[in-house]
This record gives sequence, structure tokens and C-alpha cells, in this order.
Amino acid sequence: MAKVEAEIGKPQGGFMQWIDDRFPWTATMKYHVTEYYASKNFNFWYVFGVLAMVVLVMQLVTGIFLTMNYKPSAAEAFASVEYIMRDVEWGWLIRYMHSTGASFFFIIVYLHMFRAMLYGSYKKPRELIWLIGMLIFFVLMAEAFAGYLLPWGQMSYWGAQVIISLFGAIPGIGEALVEIIRGDYSISDITLNRFFALHVIALPLALVGLVFVHIVALHEVGSNNPDGIEIKDHKGPDGIPLDGVAFHPYHTTKDLVAIIIFLIIFSFVMFFAPEMGGYFLEHANFEPANLKATPEHIAPVWYFTPFYAILRAVPDKLWGFILFGSSVLLPVFLPWLDRARVKSIRYRGWIYKTALIVFVVSFLVLGWLGTQPASGTYVLAARIFSVIYFAFFLLMPYYTTVDKTKPVPDRVV
Amino acid sequence: MNEDDVDRINRNRRHFLTVATITTGVVGAGLAAFPFLASLKPSARAQALGAPVEVAVGSLQPGEMVRVLWRGKLVFVLRRSATMLERLGEGLDQLRDPDSAETSQQPVYAANATRSVRPEFLVVEGSCTHLGCAPLEDFDLRPAENWHGGFFCPCHGSKFDLAGRVYKGVPAPTNLRIPPYRFVRDDLILIGQDTGAA
Amino acid sequence: MDKLIKLASLIASSWIVVFVIATPAFAAGSGAELLKADINPGRINSLQRGARNFMNYCSGCHSAQYVRFNTIGKDLELSDEQLIDNLMFNAEKTFEPIVAAMSAADGERWYGKAPPDLSLMARSKGADYIYSFLMGFYLQAGSPTGVDNLYLPGTSMPHVLWGLQGYQRAVFSEHTEAGVTTKSFEGFEQVTEGHVSPALADDYEEFVRDTVNFLAYIAEPIRADRRKIGTWVIMYLLVFLIIAYMLKKQVWKDVH
Repeated sequence: MAKVEAEIGKPQGGFMQWIDDRFPWTATMKYHVTEYYASKNFNFWYVFGVLAMVVLVMQLVTGIFLTMNYKPSAAEAFASVEYIMRDVEWGWLIRYMHSTGASFFFIIVYLHMFRAMLYGSYKKPRELIWLIGMLIFFVLMAEAFAGYLLPWGQMSYWGAQVIISLFGAIPGIGEALVEIIRGDYSISDITLNRFFALHVIALPLALVGLVFVHIVALHEVGSNNPDGIEIKDHKGPDGIPLDGVAFHPYHTTKDLVAIIIFLIIFSFVMFFAPEMGGYFLEHANFEPANLKATPEHIAPVWYFTPFYAILRAVPDKLWGFILFGSSVLLPVFLPWLDRARVKSIRYRGWIYKTALIVFVVSFLVLGWLGTQPASGTYVLAARIFSVIYFAFFLLMPYYTTVDKTKPVPDRVV
Repeated sequence: MNEDDVDRINRNRRHFLTVATITTGVVGAGLAAFPFLASLKPSARAQALGAPVEVAVGSLQPGEMVRVLWRGKLVFVLRRSATMLERLGEGLDQLRDPDSAETSQQPVYAANATRSVRPEFLVVEGSCTHLGCAPLEDFDLRPAENWHGGFFCPCHGSKFDLAGRVYKGVPAPTNLRIPPYRFVRDDLILIGQDTGAA
Repeated sequence: MDKLIKLASLIASSWIVVFVIATPAFAAGSGAELLKADINPGRINSLQRGARNFMNYCSGCHSAQYVRFNTIGKDLELSDEQLIDNLMFNAEKTFEPIVAAMSAADGERWYGKAPPDLSLMARSKGADYIYSFLMGFYLQAGSPTGVDNLYLPGTSMPHVLWGLQGYQRAVFSEHTEAGVTTKSFEGFEQVTEGHVSPALADDYEEFVRDTVNFLAYIAEPIRADRRKIGTWVIMYLLVFLIIAYMLKKQVWKDVH
């Protein structure tokens, strides 16, 4: 009895022991950092996960500071953004970080997703990580869309008008749904107010939660690698995967280099070309929302344009909406569409390699077409590349089955 | 050079590089934090709204007081009558800081017996030095209560005399603050700017 | 070392991409090709003259509501006295923003449309557009103002600067192809001469260029600063990169 009391009463190993008796700090650090083993042959494509985390934190911090000065009302929103840009000390820096960060978030997430397609990271046993990732992508799209309305410029207003109207295409409930989204008969102060709530609290909360779950799931299964080999299949006598190195200090030092290179590129854009020629900050958005006049040429921000081009390629409102929605949703099914026996592009045959290249080209071209006016040749091109986009996914079960794969080595090369 | 030496050199080099990386990173993080902290300061708009305020005192009768706002803060401008000025010399032993020794509570030019530029006019912030409530004026003389006229804070009972000097035995620690001000003309006071800054 | 070179070239190439993509592209209002404004944001004299031009010729009708006089004073090296004497016609305090002498309601009544605020015009439409617009007024019978504009046909703005530029006539040529007649702009012909006093500028082009330069400046007053700060940030990051890269190499030495 006395012994038990002594054990409870006295910390055994100093402060850290005191903490560990109450919170699994050391165990967590070991599990996720110092004794989390990831393949030693990670390449360029493996930096985008950590970069996405960096940008997420940056968006959260700059977002909090913007919220301190932004006014979510139709009468004051536009002026409050200019107030941040001019009157708040360093406000311009915080605002440019946030607007540049939004575009970079998508660049990084697209490359992160492409990495998964290169090395089959969505395949068994990582299907759930992929599904959570897709969910993150959807929430991110909603987050970006809600955020884009907030400056209350011409593009904010009319872009939101077009995208929200999309939902009106759903038969039966469409019109009612659109009114519920807007909370009014047109986009108004009320819409802005609720989009603000979604943008600054609801969606970021969901985003952070999902990112947490994404990482927990990843660390449970272990990271994939450019060879698509399960490194846990070959462990040394100490139980450590032979091809793995500890996340810290190996991957942390490597990631730090990647983060700094990213920050250099980011700084170039943010300090020298924050508008990015009208792609990151659209020219028409420097005009306050004018409910009486649509800008001559209206396009969503660049990260939505591939899907927007698919929408415009269809000459029917309902089918346009269905194909638009499917183009966004289709990647969800990749783990089951892909029937190949190997994960990595390194051991796949020429058919998948060709398909992937054609897919990337069609995605980029669709993205470019989405920024262009919808006229003759452009619409035809958009149709052709839309077909390719869908064919990549829908024909995948077939061509990944017949594709001749190479034998996968036991250990990473 | 044997293997141990190589090992040791590598360890030293690694230690040095680790320290260098952390130091550079911390310096960078500190520099990056600066704009965020600086953005919390009053903005150009706040500064514009907080610009000096003019108060016309030509029509103010002796014993009359006006309340004005400067930077959103309440400021009392009281034209003290001759009797009021006489009372300033009474009961000094009941005051905590009768000589305005606390330099943070008034500009140097108001650190005098009347705590003012011109004895007739008291310009004082209407914010109790205890917890910021707005004191009420009570200029009646009630010798039975040992009250020489002044200000009374309704929140926690702090008392101040007709120069905003705090009484002993009340929660407020210091005299009421005198803002920077100057006389543009005999009948015009500019609060928020003094001759030093003009 | 090879890797460091690879890194450097990666950064350099992304930088080039930034500049190629970032070449400003503005949607032109009409078919006419825009003139090049050719402004120099670094020339403080030009900006100072532009500020004077703006306050004398534009601010009667156009506001620049997000711009404070003291910001202009600080950036264009003008003292409070210079601001008050030369620029502040409708304002009393230097921290006030630029408000038009004419109210927006009056503007709408007189011109059918309130003259737009010019704080951000150079960011929404581009400096070239404003330059072209101010060069593009020509005589047009039947128009309420007697003029039209090549770059914004049907504009309700009168040719305020006619005294400086004079009046010009637009020459169009007509082509008929397959029954469709298209008008194409050939050039301007001077009808009456304008007069620009040497105190204002050397010529009308320079007067407009200075004014547009000022408009580009007020659209983003922080532009010059952000470039300076950006250079320092990137220099710091490059140093950090070298140190972090050396650490990474050292740490990865024991991985084979």
C-alpha cells in the first residue's frame, strides 16, 4: 500500500515522465516522428504532402489576421479589403500571402494527387487514405469557392452567380436548393454573410479534422514509395524496415529543404507578381460587385477551370451539371478502377504510361480552355478533351488489366 | 585519421549544422512574425479617426463643463470658477499625489498646482484610473462630508478633486490623466496635440 | 554540388515561368489595339506631376476614395505644406482620402452615370487602357458630349483635356466582304491644336503618361516596397537553403 502511494505521488523520471503518465507524448512522438519509418528513396513527388501542410497553416494564420479587419457585408466588404491593403500596417503582405496561398494550395494538392497516380498510392492497402484525401479536396474546393466571394468584386459576384446557378439544373429541387444556398432570391449581403461563416469556421474546421485523419490513416499503413513496394515486408532483426529511414531526422531535414525551395518560389510570386497576370487575382475583381453588369469575359479562378471547361462543353444544362459533377467525383473510384497488379509507374506497361500522359495533357488543356471564351474551335476542343478525361477513368479497368507490367523487385532500388 | 576521428568530425559538423539551421529558422520565424504583430497596431484609419480634436471654449461659462471624445476616449473640459480654483488649495493632505509627481499622468506643462496650461481650464480624461469607468462630476461643496467638489466614480467609489487629483483611501491608484493639448486661440483648445508636436 | 545546381536551375526556371505567365493581359474593351503607356513607376518627378495633374484635371469629378493624402506625401516625398498648397483642394486634413468635388448623385444626373472611383482603375483595366482612353477622344456629331472614344465607344465622359490635346477626328476605312461591311480604324487627324504649357509637361503624351503613372501608383501604393522587401526575403531564404541543404546532406550520409 505504501509502495503504491509512493509511485503515484512521486514523479519517477522528471518532468517528461510526469507528462507521459498523463498524456502519451513520448509514445506519440515516437510513433509519428522519431520511429515512423518511411522509404529512403522518396523523390521530388513526395514533398507535396508536407508542403500542403505548410500552406494550410499559412492560410489559417493569415486568415485569422484578415478576419480581424475584414467586414462580411455587401456594403463594406470591398472597401474593407482595400482597407487591409492600404491602411492596416503590413495588411497587404497578409492579404497577398492568403491570396497567393490559395492558388498554391491547389497547385500543391494537384501535384500531390498526381503523385498518387504515378506510384499507385491509392491502391490497397491505402484506399481509405485516398478517400479521405478526396474528401479534403472537395472541402478545399468549397473553401476556396466561399472565400472567393468575400472580396465582393465583379468576379467574386458573377463567378458565384454562375457556379451557384449550376445547382439549379438539378430537376425538381434545383430552384429551391439554389435559394437555400443563397438565402435570398439573388446573391446578396445574406449570401456573403453565410459564405463568410463557412469560409472562416465551418470548412476550415472540417479541413483540419480531415487532414488529421488523413495522416493518422497514413501512419497506420505506412507511406508508399516510388517503387510501390511495401517496405514493412522486409524488416531487420530490430523490427525496422530495411528500406525505411526514420521520419526524423532524415525526412524532416529533407522536407525542410523542400519547404525552403517552395517558400522561395512562393515569395517570387507573392512579392513580384501577386496577381500572376490575372490568374491568381483577377483584374475584374478590382472593381466592386456591380449587380447591373456582368464583366465581358467571365471565368472561374484557374483551379476550377478544367471542370468548368467540361461544363461548358455540354450544350445542355442538366447534362452539363451531371458531367461537371462526375468529372470532379470520378477520381474517388481510382482504387477500384485501377486493376493493375503493380502500383508504381516504374513497373507498369506502355498503355498506362501513355494513358497517364494523355490524361495530364487533357487536364491542362481543359484548364486553359476554361479560361478562354467559349467559341467555335474552343468548344470543339473542350469536347474532345472532355471525352479523353472521362475515357481515362472509365476505360481504366480494361486497359490496366491488359497492360503488360514488369516484375517488381523485393527491395527498393 | 582513423574511423573514430572521422566519426567525431562528422558528429561535430552535424551538431554545428543543426544549431545553424535552428538559429536561422528561429530568426526567420521571428522576422515573419513581426508583420503580423505590427498589423495589430492602430491602422491609418484609426490614426485618422484619432486625430486631434478642436474644442471651442469661448461660450463656456465658469463652472460649466463639456464632454468631448478624443480617440474614442472621454475628455472633460471644465472652466473652473474663481471659487473652484480657490478650493484647489484646500485639503491637500487628503490627496494621494497633490503635486502630480506621477509623471505618466500628465504632460510636463500640466504638472503644476492646477494641473493645467491655463488655471481656468481643466482638460482631463474622463476615465477612472482604477478600471476605466467614466467618473461623474459633483461640484457641490459639502464641508460636512469633507467634500471640496470634484469627480466621483460610480463603479467603485473613487474620488478626485477639481484638478482630477485622487483622494486617499479609494481604489484608484493615480490622478486622472491629462491628455496632450494646447490653446490654438484663447477660445479654442486642440486636444491630442501639444506645441511640442505641432 | 550537382544537386545544388539542379535546385538553382529549378528555382530559376520557375522564376522565368512566373514572368512569362505574369505578363499582364487585360481584356480590351473594343477592337482597337491599346497604346503602350510606357510608364516608369520609379520616377518620382513623373509621379509628382501626375499627382498634380490628377488633382487639377480629374478630382473635380473622380474620387480616389481609398487613397489618403498623407500616403501620397510619404511615398512621393511631398511635405505637408506642399500637399496642402498644391493638392488638397477638397480636403482639410492630410489623412483624408481623395474625394471628388462633385457628388456621385450629381454625376449621375449630369452624365447619366456617376464618374467611377479611380483608386483601382489601373489594376482593373490596366495602365495601357487608361493611357489609350485619354488619347482616344475624337469628334463625333450627335454625341451629347460632341465626342466619342475609340477605346470606350459611347462613353459619357466629355473630352475634359481638349484644351491640352486639341480636337481630333478619327479616320475609318470600310471593307465589304461577302456583303458584310466592317469598319476599321486608320488613324487620327488633328482638327484643332491644343496647348500644353511648359510648366505642365513637354507635350500631351507626357502629360497623360504622368497622370497614368500616378493612377498606377495609387492602385497599389505598396508596389515598390513589396519588391524591395521581397528581394530581402528571398536572399534570406537562399542563405537558409544552403544551411539546410548542408544539414540534410550530413544527416543522409549514413543512409546507403
